[in-house]
Amino acid sequence: MERIPILKLGDFLLVTIQVDMHDRLAMNLQDDLTNKISETKPAGVLIDISSLEVVDSFIGRMIGNIAAMSRVLDAETVVVGMQPAVAITLVELGLSLPGVRTALNVDAGMELLREQAARREELTSGGAKA
Amino acid sequence: MSAISEILNKYRSELLEDWLSEMTGSIRRSDLMGTDELRQQAVHFLDLLQLGANASTDGDLSGPAWQDMRELLIDISRSRAAQGFTASETARFVLSFKKPLFARLRRESKDADGLASQTWEANNMLDNIGLYTTEVFLKSREAIIQRQQQDMLELSTPVVKLWEGILALPLIGTLDSARTQIVMESLLQQIVNTGSRVAIIDITGVPTVDTLVAQHLLKTVTAARLMGADCIISGIRPQIAQTIVHLGVGLGDVITKATLADAFVVALQRTGSTISKTQR
Repeated sequence: MERIPILKLGDFLLVTIQVDMHDRLAMNLQDDLTNKISETKPAGVLIDISSLEVVDSFIGRMIGNIAAMSRVLDAETVVVGMQPAVAITLVELGLSLPGVRTALNVDAGMELLREQAARREELTSGGAKA
Repeated sequence: MSAISEILNKYRSELLEDWLSEMTGSIRRSDLMGTDELRQQAVHFLDLLQLGANASTDGDLSGPAWQDMRELLIDISRSRAAQGFTASETARFVLSFKKPLFARLRRESKDADGLASQTWEANNMLDNIGLYTTEVFLKSREAIIQRQQQDMLELSTPVVKLWEGILALPLIGTLDSARTQIVMESLLQQIVNTGSRVAIIDITGVPTVDTLVAQHLLKTVTAARLMGADCIISGIRPQIAQTIVHLGVGLGDVITKATLADAFVVALQRTGSTISKTQR
């Protein structure tokens, strides 16, 4: 069965969507990613959708859902590289994905995740001291 | 062969001269068009009218016999639209042919019944031809207007790069859906091309903001956020601030700044740059 690979990169998980999503693929990704997060307990998840050129309301919702789920599982999530046409479509569909972090490209996304992880570290170590 | 095409054939040169003098008296615009050119068009018109009238005189111009005539009319209307003739002047080129033609019909006719039906036939045919020229004339005018609108759209939406990672979009003039769509697309495309993290939309030059425009602005901001860029709206004038609040449009958590300069400072902070005066 067709699957989207989930790569572990240091403390983060990397999901790059290189093909056009269809419904089954998105459902699989949702299952795989949630399982993988609970297995590996990453500090952050980066979802790269720069090659995604076609979205419908379902895929738009799934992107939002997947991001929300990883956040619930205590991993900071950032969606990067959304194409202009995709962004316009999602807005026109009324899917503004509130609460989902976004970044321009993988570089900016990784930077954002590192900042978040550092801040979290600070908080936990500060909490331990007190 | 119908009576009309017979007359066209028989009195060809007479008709032409009468018609030309008719046009010279009433509608010829010597400032826009020379006599030779007009005569040339008239001769060509008569040839093709003859050709068409041989086939049908019921006023239906869609047949193959009228093909050349239609092309000539399109040609004439287009060139007149470009030369600055009015719509009625263009139509009267055809309609002024009625008087000489009817005069010949009357002279040739034997009985009142025949004359009435022939006159009706000729009248109907020339009216249709005249209407066709008007239609083409208006269409070519519309095409000119459309092209200019397109030009204006393209001219009026520049996206400027202010700093590394900072884009500005100064909006000038009224925003409608079509224009906002282009603005949105070009801004988002530039965000990708330049990898900018902050975009400033300056609406100092927008005279009015209604619910639709506010909606469009919000959409643009949301789309930019989805792509990972922040938007700042600047240059909101007092009246516009009042309208926005009265209309109940929540600009939500969009950052708004009074001037482009203020917005630029915020943008610099976001990208981690600062501006300072040099010591002298």
